[in-house]
Amino acid sequence: MATALQRFGRSVVLISKRHFSNLSCEENITKPIGKSLNLYSAINQALHIALETDPRAYVFGEDVSFGGVFRCTTGLADRFGKNRVFNTPLCEQGIVGFGIGLAAMGNRAIAEIQFADYIYPAFDQIVNEAAKFRYRSGNQFNCGGLTIRAPYGAVGHGGHYHSQSPEAFFCHVPGIKVVVPRSPRQAKGLLLSSIRDQNPVVFFEPKWLYRLAVEDVAEHDYVVPLSEAEVIREGSDITLVGWGAQLSIMEQACLDAEESGISCELIDLKTLIPWDKDTVEASVKKTGRLLISHEAPVTGGFGAEISASIVERCFLRLEAPITRICGLDTPFPLVFEPFYMPSKNKILDAIKSTVNY
Amino acid sequence: MTFMCETPVKRVPCFRVLDDNGEPIIYSNYEQQVSKEVAVKMYNYMVTLQMMDTVFYEAQRQGRLSFYLTTLGEEAINIASAAALSTDDLILPQYREPGILLWRGFTLQEFADQLFGNQDDYGKGRQMPIHYGSNKLNYITVSSPLATQLPQAVGVAYSLKMDRKDACAVTYCGDGSTSEGDFHAALNFAAVMEVPILFICRNNGWAISTPTEEQFRSDGIVVKGPAYGMRSIRVDGNDALAVYAAIHTARRMAISEQRPVLIEALTYRVGHHSTSDDSTKYRPVDEIEYWKMARNPVNRFRSWVEKNGWWSDEEELELRNSVKKQLLQAIQVAEKVQKPELADLFSDVYDNLPSNLCEQEKLLRETIKKHPQDFPSDVPL
Repeated sequence: MATALQRFGRSVVLISKRHFSNLSCEENITKPIGKSLNLYSAINQALHIALETDPRAYVFGEDVSFGGVFRCTTGLADRFGKNRVFNTPLCEQGIVGFGIGLAAMGNRAIAEIQFADYIYPAFDQIVNEAAKFRYRSGNQFNCGGLTIRAPYGAVGHGGHYHSQSPEAFFCHVPGIKVVVPRSPRQAKGLLLSSIRDQNPVVFFEPKWLYRLAVEDVAEHDYVVPLSEAEVIREGSDITLVGWGAQLSIMEQACLDAEESGISCELIDLKTLIPWDKDTVEASVKKTGRLLISHEAPVTGGFGAEISASIVERCFLRLEAPITRICGLDTPFPLVFEPFYMPSKNKILDAIKSTVNY
Repeated sequence: MTFMCETPVKRVPCFRVLDDNGEPIIYSNYEQQVSKEVAVKMYNYMVTLQMMDTVFYEAQRQGRLSFYLTTLGEEAINIASAAALSTDDLILPQYREPGILLWRGFTLQEFADQLFGNQDDYGKGRQMPIHYGSNKLNYITVSSPLATQLPQAVGVAYSLKMDRKDACAVTYCGDGSTSEGDFHAALNFAAVMEVPILFICRNNGWAISTPTEEQFRSDGIVVKGPAYGMRSIRVDGNDALAVYAAIHTARRMAISEQRPVLIEALTYRVGHHSTSDDSTKYRPVDEIEYWKMARNPVNRFRSWVEKNGWWSDEEELELRNSVKKQLLQAIQVAEKVQKPELADLFSDVYDNLPSNLCEQEKLLRETIKKHPQDFPSDVPL
């Protein structure tokens, strides 16, 4: 893959390490000795640990055996054998259906969908089957051991079918969880939590950060809890909420805003459903302003849910309308990607106009 | 340059043991002998299934049930396949296979409880009637979408393979379901992964109003198996002994060789698709009558059982009277049992109650207090 400098459309060069966890209160994931890892290596480490700690854990999907198209499954087949780590035929509905059956038998079924853009053939299995498996059986059966991983999001040159952020479709489905990590350290802990959670989880990995995001990741087995949002930057004038790769753009906007005397509080939602309304509510009650940003198209995006819920809870405290800086309502374009994306300056402009409302 | 022809020279032959009159076909090459005990048990359950369908269907027509669908005409597939399997084999049904549950010991009361969605329903009243499930009997809960159970069954079979169980996954579908993508996905996965699984396709000629000529142009379903590299057989689904023999053998192959097997059981859907259907609108009444009377699998098996001296008219009368009484009582009891409590609306969406559902339950209970007349009184709060 090309380096960040060759990325088409990214105005901010993001080769440097991520510093999101400076303000993190999660000591258990910073204490023991860590190694400098990128996102795909952190995911890889989580998968190694998952398979090591549970003999009934399996990893499968297209091309996972040789290491996967993004190298997330490197070394797993060699170490754990081809009965536990194996390629499937090219068929997403088969991959997820198979995973549901495997999970129904009490196994940890870790399925990979090669790109989130290709998850739709499996939508019926996810929505009509996985999400309802426990409920419809009266809890006689469940497929809680199922985790579906997929790379999502802009990559600079992905166009319609290698850049999508489909999280909103899944956030509308009671019975599953949707998780999006922002960094290597978070990804490892969130993935292990997702794998061990007793509910089917869709885990979207920001492919943009697979190589680009590098930070110290503790080598031991640790989890980051689901449904707990994290304030990764404290502030008092406006709350910003996001997830995944978009947080790094938002952080740049926060830094710039600080130079203009605006104090921004930045929250990583991490789990989109069930989402941590209390943390966001507490922050907005403090700042009185909210900005939500995601790559997915603005209409019907998950930002709409956050906005509606926070208006319900914080109406009297709001100093300005809640604003969403998101992708445009178009298919994800190639040449026009820089225009489509919710860039740092779009966010910065919105921060200023919200504060000056 | 030779093209493979789109239509075969000969159709795949169909395995039978008994002729239409219940007489053993001398040249049939099966070895499984069905003992008197098993045969009588099979016959009993075929009659019970037939009666259960008749009585519950009638209960729906009377407005006591919201919905029902029958297995009429497919009693042999249901009971004989169940009899040939082990209770350790996991079943992933479509929805026209309650006979498997019956064979394994699901009581008429348990069926009725699900139909009425009362608090004794293992499904906790969440799904429409006939969506049975029993973890105790290794029968995974029915879901309405067609063919979705097929790739799931492959995952189940893979687990059995990894755990080295002396068991297989057994999944059923109809002729219509074989057009779904999940059918293709499942057979392909099963063959590639070499898992112990039986795919039993009930080709009953109809997918609601769509006959097989409008469903596919292949020689039925059996020819699709070899296309995936899968061993396959076509069997007369209305011949209980043939179904028993084929499933018994297929199961042994699946487990000892760790491979999938496809069984196409030819039959006829005597009943309407469901209580929401009137099949006389799209097929001739005399066709239905013919299959109901002349080609009835229950009568055909009865002939054979009686000719062996294992059954009599007196026992027949006694059985039918007893089952009818039990059914009517089961309905009466189920009708009066309370519905599941309100908390069961919210539980089991996840393993634990998330905050959004806690909030919604609280708000709902306030609404119920304010407007009790809007809500059914048979759901305890």
